Amino acid sequence: MKETPLSNCERDFLLKAIQEKKRLDGRQTYDYRKLKIMFGTDFGCCFVELGKTRVMAQVSCELVAPKENRPNEGIMFFNIELSPMASPAFEQGRQSELSVKLNRQLERCLRNSKCIDLESLCVVSGEKVWQIRVDVHMLNHDGNLMDAASITAIASLCHFRRPDVGIQGDEVTVYSPDERDPIPLSIYHMPISVSFAFFQQGTYLLVDPCEREERVMDGLLMIAMNKHREICSIQSSGGIMLLKEQVMRCSKIASVKVSEITKLIMKALENDKTARKAGGKCGFAESMPQERITALKKDETAVEMTDVTERANDIVLNAEVPPQTSQSLLVPLPGMGQVGKDLQNSWGIEEYYQDEEEAFNSDEDKQTMMEVGEKQKVHEDVVEISDSEEDEVVILQPEATDRAHKKTSSSSHLKEPAKSKKRHRK
Amino acid sequence: MIMSDAIFSRPTHTFDGMMEECSPSTVSIREFGCEQNLLSRSDGSASFIQGNTSVLAAVYGPAEVKVSKEIYDRATLEVIIQPKVGLPSVKERAQEQCVRETCEASLLLSLHPRSSLTLVLQELHNDGSLLSCFLNAGCMAMMDAGLPMSCLFCGVTCAIHTDGTIITDPTAAQEAESRALMTFAIDSKEHQVMMTSTKGSFSVQEMQQCIAVSQAASEKIFSFHRESLRRRYSKSV
Repeated sequence: MKETPLSNCERDFLLKAIQEKKRLDGRQTYDYRKLKIMFGTDFGCCFVELGKTRVMAQVSCELVAPKENRPNEGIMFFNIELSPMASPAFEQGRQSELSVKLNRQLERCLRNSKCIDLESLCVVSGEKVWQIRVDVHMLNHDGNLMDAASITAIASLCHFRRPDVGIQGDEVTVYSPDERDPIPLSIYHMPISVSFAFFQQGTYLLVDPCEREERVMDGLLMIAMNKHREICSIQSSGGIMLLKEQVMRCSKIASVKVSEITKLIMKALENDKTARKAGGKCGFAESMPQERITALKKDETAVEMTDVTERANDIVLNAEVPPQTSQSLLVPLPGMGQVGKDLQNSWGIEEYYQDEEEAFNSDEDKQTMMEVGEKQKVHEDVVEISDSEEDEVVILQPEATDRAHKKTSSSSHLKEPAKSKKRHRK
Repeated sequence: MIMSDAIFSRPTHTFDGMMEECSPSTVSIREFGCEQNLLSRSDGSASFIQGNTSVLAAVYGPAEVKVSKEIYDRATLEVIIQPKVGLPSVKERAQEQCVRETCEASLLLSLHPRSSLTLVLQELHNDGSLLSCFLNAGCMAMMDAGLPMSCLFCGVTCAIHTDGTIITDPTAAQEAESRALMTFAIDSKEHQVMMTSTKGSFSVQEMQQCIAVSQAASEKIFSFHRESLRRRYSKSV
């Protein structure tokens, strides 16, 4: 499905509103949308709502052989899935420009900033390391996917627990969660991306653009920063020239936003931890709102099954007995099997029809045989005709040298007639 | 639940002459819930929760269709299932087909010729009975999108435990220790089976029992459909 195009009047309206320091959702220039972080029942599962943008991430791990040039480092793998659920313009299973851009930016933000201790993921040097895979699913696209993805990814990495391993000699044992408590990843810092949209060649700046604003913006600046105010990655796209002061101002705004978001993630992790310790229910199922008219929940209900057996028996007993199928497998010759011989015809067609059909078929067979013979003849004719055609083509050739050439190579054979035809047309 | 022993301890006669004991069991479906219209971009969306299993569904359409997928007298329905980890594999494709065929049977596709309908299903957490949760979420999302349907449908999963007892709406742990697993799609009009997907071995007798149990369980889900719609179109909670 194609994206609905933005009309000119919508575009003008949006730009004019931005000039007047107004935004569609009533936010101020530097305001972030409402951020909500939830964790799933599994470890390493996180849902983030940023306004109407929704993103889910799931972290998983696997024991693999390490890369040859890094024998004692674990592997981090990011996969951003732009599911068609998020926007009708996203296609399934196709790497779009946007998905490559987001994936690369997330890698720069989380892997290249060395926020995760990869050496602690090594099990046996050069042989077995943990591969941490982060799957980020976009569920609803309402702008600023990158910030939502980076928050979701880092929060799910913080929430994730990998199984404990024990090494005795050459043997590596992976313990299930029941045997030994799973281990969290060691995370040095939490880089969080903050996006800034620029309008009218950088005159106007907005933090956390929504989808409509993204469609009319001229340039985008993404700054990934941690709470210690260290810039982990910075990316400017859209071909806009920014002044030094603008970048400095953006980095100041980013540091404020990042510290707020980091606090929120820590609080959400804390809440989840206490909920898990208390043995209470946690996860997506528990976070469903109850007070909305679009939501409804029912408690566990028993299913009446007093007459189930009787009904089943009735159906089975009343069912028509299927005709007896052939019991034995015939083996007329070694290496050959046969079933279904001498069975009753259950299709309601009388036997003699079949006989007639068979007779008819055999007649038809003969006919087809004849036809095939004729076809072969026709085919031979066709071959002759094509030969004669070629001869004609040869006559059209003005150069005598070409003719000698033709006899030697069959590939040029095919090209030459086309040439000669062209000449003919001229 | 009190059940008379006479019904359940009676040896029953199956068609191939085998004697089989039908065991009594109390069946229940886990707590379930649904939230509709929670995504802003899609034409209809719903999240369906069965115990810990949860699925998010989004529907787009009727919209323009690719020429290669166009059908001249009805709408083209595409179902996409997204697993939580990794890329969609053969398992997801098989589930997609089950869901698609069920939806095609209930939707009035001929009302929108040469157009496309897309149903996207995202697994959020798998704790058993995932296919039935996909079906239920899909139905709720299509209801939210206001697509014309000849009937509603629901999905019910039954597991036959190794000792022969029937469990409805099994959890992942119950699925793992079951001998057979059956998922039925049941329509709301006549409570007939629209689709089955089975795994493992079972007798005809057991299959019929599971269908009867699923039909009983489907009534609970259809009453839920009714109640949630009544709530949605009411003026207050």
